[in-house]
Amino acid sequence: MNYLLQAEQITKRYANHLALDGVGIEVPRQSIFGLLGPNGAGKTTLIRIINQIIAPDQGRLLFSGRPLLPEDVHRIGYLPEERGLYKKMKVGEQAIYLAKLKGLGGPRARKELRAWFEKFDLMPWWDKKVEELSKGMQQKVQFIITVLHQPELLIFDEPFSGFDPINVNLLKQEILDLRSQGATIIFSTHNMGSVEELCDDIALIDKSHKILEGNVRQIRKAFGGQLYQVELEAGTKLQGLLDERFELIGSHSQDGLVRARIRIRGGAESNDLLAKLIPEAQVLSFQELVPSMNDIFIRQVTGRFPAGPLSGGADLRGTEQ
Amino acid sequence: MNKITTIIQREYLSRVKKRSFIVMTILGPILMAGLMVAPLLVSQMSDRTQEVALVDDSMLFYDRFRDANNIRFTHLPASIDQAVELMQAGRFDAVLHIPEIALEAPSSMRLFSEKATNLNTKLYIENILRQEFESLKLGAAGIDREILASIQTPVNIHAIRIKKDGLEQADHPEVSMGLGFVSGLLIYIFIFLFGSQVLRGVLEEKTSRIVEIIVSSVRPFQLMMGKIVGVGLVGLTQFLIWIVLTFAIVGSVRAAAPGLFRFTPGDQVYVTSSQILNPQELQARMETVQQLNTPAGEILAGLAAINFPLVILAFIFFFLGGYLLYGALFASIGAAVDNEADTQQFMLPVTIPLLFAFIMAQMVMANPSGPVAFWLSIIPLTSPVIMMVRIPFGVPYAELLLSAALLVGGFILTTWLASRIYRTGILMYGKKVSYAELWKWIRHH
Repeated sequence: MNYLLQAEQITKRYANHLALDGVGIEVPRQSIFGLLGPNGAGKTTLIRIINQIIAPDQGRLLFSGRPLLPEDVHRIGYLPEERGLYKKMKVGEQAIYLAKLKGLGGPRARKELRAWFEKFDLMPWWDKKVEELSKGMQQKVQFIITVLHQPELLIFDEPFSGFDPINVNLLKQEILDLRSQGATIIFSTHNMGSVEELCDDIALIDKSHKILEGNVRQIRKAFGGQLYQVELEAGTKLQGLLDERFELIGSHSQDGLVRARIRIRGGAESNDLLAKLIPEAQVLSFQELVPSMNDIFIRQVTGRFPAGPLSGGADLRGTEQ
Repeated sequence: MNKITTIIQREYLSRVKKRSFIVMTILGPILMAGLMVAPLLVSQMSDRTQEVALVDDSMLFYDRFRDANNIRFTHLPASIDQAVELMQAGRFDAVLHIPEIALEAPSSMRLFSEKATNLNTKLYIENILRQEFESLKLGAAGIDREILASIQTPVNIHAIRIKKDGLEQADHPEVSMGLGFVSGLLIYIFIFLFGSQVLRGVLEEKTSRIVEIIVSSVRPFQLMMGKIVGVGLVGLTQFLIWIVLTFAIVGSVRAAAPGLFRFTPGDQVYVTSSQILNPQELQARMETVQQLNTPAGEILAGLAAINFPLVILAFIFFFLGGYLLYGALFASIGAAVDNEADTQQFMLPVTIPLLFAFIMAQMVMANPSGPVAFWLSIIPLTSPVIMMVRIPFGVPYAELLLSAALLVGGFILTTWLASRIYRTGILMYGKKVSYAELWKWIRHH
């Protein structure tokens, strides 16, 4: 696997507590990597270590397979969760200043900024003071500053906070575009919906330890436990239809159809279930029930699934298969 | 390095472009010049003339009161009650009543007035009466006033400092004192003014959270030093503009009204001690002495004796050194707290040495080469203010160098301490920090 960033066995101890205990992550090149965890888990510490704002007590960081260097800050763009701007400074002037600190030359910064400002409809605000901008506009400026120097690695910490739904979509599209242009993205958020939507891989950190990692789809599948929901034409009798490879969790009639949940036991495949059903009844829909990242997050952190257990919960969300 | 220059540039330009900076820079010298000129102008403005009625029942003093430039006396051969009535009618501002028994009981004299008694008038009258009483008593004792006057000799010693190179130089401790005090005060104000600008700047970056964005590009130390240096350059700019403007104002006033600067000091102030004076030189010296006898001439001669290039150079050095030393501490305070109100607890230990130095300036001026002056001008926390107070009196170069070296060492130490507090504090929110906590930050890395 081709990783852009590898953090190995990172340990960081503060005066009063252990923030990270041997945590490692591997971020594949040109992917979106979700860094998840409850508040105070150590995510921000890890992000700060990757940004070389603070140094780890133990462990090492590899960037493109070689040790991370101080100059690499120019190849990283970081949008912190707690972020701000100089209120009294003019928007354009400030953006150029921050771009210069990222190693961009003045004329180039100006040119790139113009393009981004046009794209985000910010051009009329170039000579305004930051305090005259709405919070959403300030967030846009901060986003632009983060991506302006075309870094290979982008780190977004709660990038959508403070945005209205229209701008959230705009930003999501930008993030996906950045990935397709070659950027690698670390994405930290509490919004599990956007994790499902955007992330390829995730790592879940809790109480300074990594407790879960892997591909989002695979994780959800693994937590799903081969549970399927089928909708059949009304009047279909399921009893006696299924053999011991299949377990009927529950069924009920509704809106002129029968909706049932069936778990497939070891050895069988979803096609086996379909093969069993198709000769006997009209199959209207067939889908695998996988838990949401939200459910998985809560279960991993608290040790149990949220109200409405996976086996029978009505709030289960499914993915079309 | 490139980044630190970018930071310095921003810190400098954002402040220099502010309207308040421009106004202060231009207004400062004008205000200072105004402060010097205003008392002169005020003293020349005359008050409304005070009309004083004299009711002299003793008939001893009524013809002794000569009118002054804003007091006019009128002898009123009437009773005191009538005089008071006239005063109440608005004819007089005050009535002086000298009863018959005044000579035996001077305290029986009264000065009546409707409004509050004018202090100058009262002092003037007291002065005349004191002289008259003295004359009367001297006369009674058989001593002539003129003999007494010839005995009284005005004494005004001209202090001459003998310098190492054998030159004599008229010494003007009053002038040295004034200059020392002003430059010490300026250093004190500058350090406070620009130190607290650093504090506010750091606090602004922390509370606005822009620091979170910046520290992913530059190291916290670069950010801190950029700010301190940038603000320091603002101070230096302001100072240099002030110096240039002040000299320009003084120069143009001198050109416009040369009468104010009658005495133009030159080489004649310096006279070799071994020189045998021929009559011409003696004459020249006498003239110098006569010119020196006027207070203005004395001040101007005193100023001429001051080594201004040294004073200005020393001022720039001790301002920068002191500012860097305290600026770093101010920066660490800004980083340690969450809001302006919390700065108070940490401000105290930083401001006390500075305040102490300023208070001690008085004592140092009284004995500018004593042990107190020496030690306070050597210890880096107080040396910027105290050394500036001492320099116009003359400080050995060895002491200057020692003090300068220690100041450099001092600010390197405080910068090191401050950078440790700064880099931890700047990313720490919502926590009231104690001194023990700060100590942990300094030790832990």
